[in-house]
Amino acid sequence: MSQKTEKLIDKKGLRLDGRKPEELRSIKFEIGILPNANGSAYIQQGKNKILAAIYGPKELHPKHLARPDRTVLRTRYHMAPFSVEERKSPAPSRRDIELSKVIREALEPSVFLEYYPRTGIDVFIEVLQADGGTRCASITAASLALADAGIPMRDLVAACAAGKVDSTIVLDLMGTEDKKGGADVPVALMPNFDAVTLLQMDGILSLEEFEKTVNLALKGCREIYTLQKEALKAKYLNVEKEVEE
Amino acid sequence: MSSIIIQVKRKKIEELVEKGKRLDDRSITDYREMKVEQGVIENAEGSARVLLGKTEVIVGTKIEIGKPFPDTPDEGVLTVNAELVPLASPTFEPGPPREDAIELARVVDRGIRESKAIDLKKLCVKPGKKVFVVFVDVYVLNHDGNLIDASALAAIAALLNTKMFKYEIEEDEVKIKPGYTPLPVGKRPIAITFAKINDKLIVDPGLEEEQVMDARLTITIDDNGNICAIQKGDSGYLTLKEILEATKIAMEKVKEIHKEIKL
Repeated sequence: MSQKTEKLIDKKGLRLDGRKPEELRSIKFEIGILPNANGSAYIQQGKNKILAAIYGPKELHPKHLARPDRTVLRTRYHMAPFSVEERKSPAPSRRDIELSKVIREALEPSVFLEYYPRTGIDVFIEVLQADGGTRCASITAASLALADAGIPMRDLVAACAAGKVDSTIVLDLMGTEDKKGGADVPVALMPNFDAVTLLQMDGILSLEEFEKTVNLALKGCREIYTLQKEALKAKYLNVEKEVEE
Repeated sequence: MSSIIIQVKRKKIEELVEKGKRLDDRSITDYREMKVEQGVIENAEGSARVLLGKTEVIVGTKIEIGKPFPDTPDEGVLTVNAELVPLASPTFEPGPPREDAIELARVVDRGIRESKAIDLKKLCVKPGKKVFVVFVDVYVLNHDGNLIDASALAAIAALLNTKMFKYEIEEDEVKIKPGYTPLPVGKRPIAITFAKINDKLIVDPGLEEEQVMDARLTITIDDNGNICAIQKGDSGYLTLKEILEATKIAMEKVKEIHKEIKL
């Protein structure tokens, strides 16, 4: 941060990877790719590569955690040691623990928890490669994995960040923009209900800038939602084809 | 706590909030009585005790010489930790910090760090080698709701009260000289926390309100009226309208708190 060697947005208004300010990174989904899990999804968003797996509903251990009226959703966000530039210790960091909590709270409103009393549903997220915005990509993938596991849901959860980079409001920050930029606002949305299930911010934004940034992030969530639905449909069309053959 | 008691309580709280009232006769945008006392622990480099209604938090700061992070070789290090010690609540247990304590510490940390309250560049002794490390330890003594706002306030009050020892460099060694200088703290970020109950936002939730709330939202604002940190918590959701309404209420509340509490 000591010297601003490179500009994050060039004279043409393009970002380091050639994107326009309000453009998402390219996103690719794969659904149901882990054979042992009840549901799974893989997301590639720019250089982010993240796997999410669902185990459950199943008996909860330790048993005293079980709830008589609903299932207990547990999440573990974890980064592979090789996922970042300097090796990350595989022991869960304080950041990992906080993210596991906010990811769980972003998914919970979407799941009919009361359908499976006294059970638990585990959501395991492994970040294989990280390049900014992993909590959002994790939520997007985990929600698809929950759908793949056949767990009844009110809506999918789509997540995306927006932020401020060189005084421009941009969508879907990548690693360098996140580190050197002025602010980052990750948001998760259940689009059918206009329900914001994750909202965080760090950096400095005026009230007007914040409003603009949240709105841009919500727009990104809606775009991602369309991609999520396409990915789910594509999976079931494949299943249909296989059955017909 | 038993979910039946919570359901009964929730009904009562919902009815009151619907009428713009609370269990303790506050309006939905009122804070409980707030008291700040600085310099309560002599052995700490800085300290403060905050009372927010019956919620009580002590923050102590300690300064040591340590190594900078590789990506910020010319900046001092800020570390915030929170302990929910078992004497503060029947729901707190001894042992390593659980996720709620970690979230609390990280939300307090984010407010101080992102507002650039501490001039970390001034804490550099030898770039890449030696810097001052500021430890901010949040100690909850009584939990009666809204630990975030009480802890954030106690943390900034303690930092404003923190003394740094004077030093000189002698043949690559840091030698401590007699006397102190104040820690370079230039901003006073204030956290404002809301609880959402049904579709109403209430400021400074008490413990019972927290037990029944759908979602929590914390907005931290610096001296210039800019937002520097936000955290949504709990398993409910918020609408865009609620979020924007909360930011506006938070701006007003921060002005009031600055007027009432001279830090």
